[in-house]
Formats: sequence, C-alpha cells, structure tokens
Amino acid sequence: MKIKYADYPDHMGHFGEFGGKFASETLMHCLEELKTAYQKIKTDNVFQSQFKKDLAEYVGRPSPLYHAERLTAEVGGANIWLKREDLNHTGAHKINNTIGQILLAKAMGKTRIIAETGAGQHGVATATVAARMGLECVVYMGEVDIARQAINVFRMKLLGAEVRSVSSGSKTLKDALNEAMRDWVTNVDETFYIIGTVAGPEPYPEMVRDFNSVIGKEVRKQAQEKMGGLPDALVACVGGGSNAIGLFHDFLDEDVKIYGVEAGGHGLVTGEHAASINAGKVGVLHGNRTYVMSDKDGQIIETHSISAGLDYPGVGPEHAFLHQTGRAQYVTVNDDEALAAFHRLTRVEGILPALESAHAVAFGVKLAQAMPRESHIVINLSGRGDKDVHTIAKIEGVSV
Amino acid sequence: MSRLGISLQREKGNKALIPFITAGHPKPEWTVPLMHTLVSHGANVIELGVPFSDPMADGEVIQLSSELAIKNGVGLKDVLIMVKEFRQHDDQTPVVLMGYLNPVECFGYEAFVKQAQLSGVDGVLLVDSPIEESKPLLSLLRDADMSQIFLIAPTTTETRMRAIIKEAREFIYYVALKGVTGAANLESGSVNSDVKRIKNATDLPVGVGFGIKDPSSAVAVAQEADAVVIGSALVKIIGSCSDLDEAKQAISEFIKPIRNALDSL
Repeated sequence: MKIKYADYPDHMGHFGEFGGKFASETLMHCLEELKTAYQKIKTDNVFQSQFKKDLAEYVGRPSPLYHAERLTAEVGGANIWLKREDLNHTGAHKINNTIGQILLAKAMGKTRIIAETGAGQHGVATATVAARMGLECVVYMGEVDIARQAINVFRMKLLGAEVRSVSSGSKTLKDALNEAMRDWVTNVDETFYIIGTVAGPEPYPEMVRDFNSVIGKEVRKQAQEKMGGLPDALVACVGGGSNAIGLFHDFLDEDVKIYGVEAGGHGLVTGEHAASINAGKVGVLHGNRTYVMSDKDGQIIETHSISAGLDYPGVGPEHAFLHQTGRAQYVTVNDDEALAAFHRLTRVEGILPALESAHAVAFGVKLAQAMPRESHIVINLSGRGDKDVHTIAKIEGVSV
Repeated sequence: MSRLGISLQREKGNKALIPFITAGHPKPEWTVPLMHTLVSHGANVIELGVPFSDPMADGEVIQLSSELAIKNGVGLKDVLIMVKEFRQHDDQTPVVLMGYLNPVECFGYEAFVKQAQLSGVDGVLLVDSPIEESKPLLSLLRDADMSQIFLIAPTTTETRMRAIIKEAREFIYYVALKGVTGAANLESGSVNSDVKRIKNATDLPVGVGFGIKDPSSAVAVAQEADAVVIGSALVKIIGSCSDLDEAKQAISEFIKPIRNALDSL
C-alpha cells in the first residue's frame, strides 16, 4: 500500500515506529494541553493570519528562490537553486518556528519562555521573539558551546535573555535540552518550552515541522513560476532536521527526490561524526523514539561536527521514518567537504553559507553533477555563515 | 502474591522504607554490600538506579552519581549481575530497577526481561516510559511476573490517574513535587492530600518520593503514604565516603533515625 505521508503522525504522535511521547509523568498533562492548544490554532484563521503577517513583515518572507547560475555553469549539471533562508531576520530558518511557538505561548497565557541551543541560532531566534513579545526568556546552552559561540551568547544577552551555562554530561546541546526539561518540569505552570528542532515528545515534531513547512510551500509556488513545475530533487542538511523537514514536507507525496545530509565529521569510520541515521541505532532520547548515537550500554555518546548546529546525537522521528520507508535518502558530508563547499559558494556566488548549510551545498553540487542539465535541484540554504567566520579563521590559522 | 506485593502490603500498617542508590556509584564493588547494609537497617525494597547519560528527571546529585558510574563502566548488564549477586544472600527483599528507557531499548525488550527475571529483579521503573508508550514492555514484564512501576505526579489529572491505576499492579509511586529528584520544594500538606486522593481510587500501596531527605520529611509524607523513597540524600552521603566501611557506617547513621521515625507512626 502506498503511504500517504501527509497523514503522519498518527493520533499518538507516531511516525510508524518512531516519535511518540516518552516523557516523565509530570510533563504528560502539560504535553496534552499543548497538543490540544496546537490542534486548535492549526485551523484557527485569526492565529494563522497573524502567523503569516509576522512571517511577512517581521521575518521578511517569502525568502527568495535564487538560481545559482555561476555555480550551475561551473558544476555543469542540473540547475542549482538556493532557498535563501539565510536572508530571514536573525539569519536562519529557526525564526519560522519561534514566531509560531511564541504566538502559541501567548495564546496559552504562558509568561515565561525557555529554550535550549547548540550553535546559538535557535537561542537567538527565541530571545528575539521573546523580546518582541515582552516575555521573560531563559536559554540553556552547554558550557562547550558557550565557549565556541561567544557572539551568539552576547546577542542573546543584548536581546534581554538570560543564558544559563550547562556543565553536566558532555556540556553540549543534548545536555542543554536535558536541563531545559528539568526547568520545565519545575516551572511547568507558567513556562512554555520552545524546542528548536523537530524532536522532543509529541506534539513538538509535528508542530515545529508545520511552522517550518512554509519553506517548502514557498518553494512549490516559486518553482512553478521559475521552472514551470516541481523541482526534481531537494537537498537539506539534517541535525535534528527542522530546516530539512520544512523544505521536504510539502513534497513528500510528490514525485520529487529527497536527500537529507548528515554531518560526517571526520568520517564515519573514525566514529567522530553526528550521523544518527547513517551510523546510529533505534533508541529513545528526549521524548521520542528515533535513531540515536549510543554505545553498547545505551549511553548517548558525544558527537562531532565542524558545525555546532548539526552536533546532535539524535534526529527528528519523521526523518527516521522517511529513512526507514525509503522515501528520503540520507547521506553524509564530512567536515572538510563542508568547508570546501563553504569557500566555493562564497567565491562563486558571493554568499557565505552557514557551515550547517554548507553540508547541503557540498552534496547538492555532487548530485547536480550527476543529473541532466535540464533538471532542477533545490538546496536549502538554511542559514548565513557570518556566525562561523571565527571558527573558519581558527581552523585556517588566521587571526581576526 | 509477589515478593514486591508482600513487602508493601497496606493492611500491615507498617510504613515501608525504599532507599535508592545508583548502581556502580561511587565504586562498582560497593553496590551489593551496600544493598545488604540497607536491608539490615530496615529497607523494605531496594531501588537500584541504572546509570544513564541523560537523566532528564534527576537533580544534580543523581546526575553526578550516574556520570561516575558510567565512568566506572557500569551499564544495564552489570546492574543485572549485581542483582544476581545480591540474590545469593537475600531472596526476600524486592529489587526495583529505576532508570530511563534507552538502555533497555538497546538491550532489547525480550532479552532484558529474560535476564532481569533470571537475576531476580522484581520491578522496573522507567521515568520516560509513561503508560501510553509502555504496552510492549509491560506485557513482557507481566508474562515474567515482574512489575512496571508507574508514576503519578502533582500535575496528573483525575482521568490520567485512573488510567495509570488500571495499569499498575504492585504499587503506585507518587512524585511529591514538580521538579527533579533531590529538589528542595517539598510541601507535605499537598502531598498528603494527593496521596489520599490516590488511595481513595485504589487498594494498591502508595509510595512517595522526590525531595524526602530526613526523618521529619519522611514522617511528614508518611502520614498518608504507605512507603517512602529516599534517593538523593542517601546518594550524596555514599558519594562522600572514602571507603566501603565508612559508607556502611554512614548509611547506618542516616537510615536508623528515619526507620525509627517511620516505625513510631
């Protein structure tokens, strides 16, 4: 039987065997309330028109679908199109989701916002909307990430958020998420937890996907105008996977090839990577069943990627499902390939991609090479690279 | 009746004491002797923590104990060996494993249930496995005459409470506060009224845990509760000891007054 992807998740938040609501009892009622509130606003015209207005006037949507002509010519294959999420307010796709969730928080009468962040992009996007709404905001960030993303930490503070350093476990994104959960369980009545990716317990994977699915909906319309039909292939990087599912979702039931690019780090054979689908196993982390990176005892292991935003040991359950059914293909791109793609796009098109997005560019270029000239691929340029210039300078031994 | 059911029978009128320790903390070879020490000072059931890298519901003390146990190389299969070793000298005291789902997922449900049964485990409490997601594991555990212990929290609604009670067999674990283990915001008044509400809905014994740290907090919640769980305070004391004899002594000094206070009720 043909799977109708638009029908997922089911009423329990399951995408096949993945997803679900693996949370502690203290949070279960609050997750039920959130689900009910979300189902209500999903079809509420007032909410949806406010969301659209904010995306247009505050975020600057629709983001352009840009034909990378020089890159296309240089590669000599399919037409390469870039979905310019890097041009959004705050510089990445993350704001699509935080705009949606903060409107929901307001509608639910919550007065305090918490979030977790890895690279700091989601933290900045959350601090931004909290400032705009005048709500108290606390962002949890691993000690290691705070050290490597100092500029984003300062941005969050400028926006009035309190950044709390997390020194437990591996001191990175997963531990920030644990700490945010501990805060939530303690302050559950007045606090709204804005999760930054398509993970977490039901209804987060669905909700975060829906708020980001504006990306794919715009691409469909723009492709009709620019290509006279649907694109042949879609490419996006996958950490938790919110930018990717945002691009993919509107095309899941169409005849379009879909590729998710995981962080290969130093290479899968080294074990130093963040490729949960390619090298992880099925498990339960942060409220859902999905592919996770764990050792023989089921302990979550440390991941590595040149890009902090992909450095997460799990992946959104819908991606796990798309992988299992074969609907999407998940590939890996290593640190050095991503870095090369960063330089190539910067030099050839004058666009600095985020190191996360550079993974998608690296694979997209390879894919384009192997496809006929009349075909079209869309690469999600999920964020801009300004935040990464210090990282790149350091790797290349340049002092700035 | 099962070992767990017998130990917690409500009609006996006794208040049960359920200490929690993290397996493998601070040293793997301490765990089994400390379990025996706890029993000799009046523990009715032992809750044995299975170390996990991402203990979302735990406060700092248990997080750190878990990190140390993992550093010591202790995983679920080692915990099962410890229970087996404990059983060589104690076939009376129930042992409940407490932890998170991923190590069990990784072990495989069927293999886990089989090994747990062979080792002499009585029940399993998995913090991130609520009734909605527990069906497959629960039925395997039941077939092997083991329990899955479910939590009820201050935020649990009446409808959920009834659904949870329906799935519970041996006892109900009431989470005394909104927060993580070892938190300081325990309010015994509301705990007692919530426990009363649960007892009105079930004949099963009700245990209370999270935030109980000494004789007075134990006595305060035991006004209504049938059992009291003590974790973080105990783990902290054990972690501060430099050798096993010191730890045994410290446990004795810590547990005795709590046991006496509960017995005086």
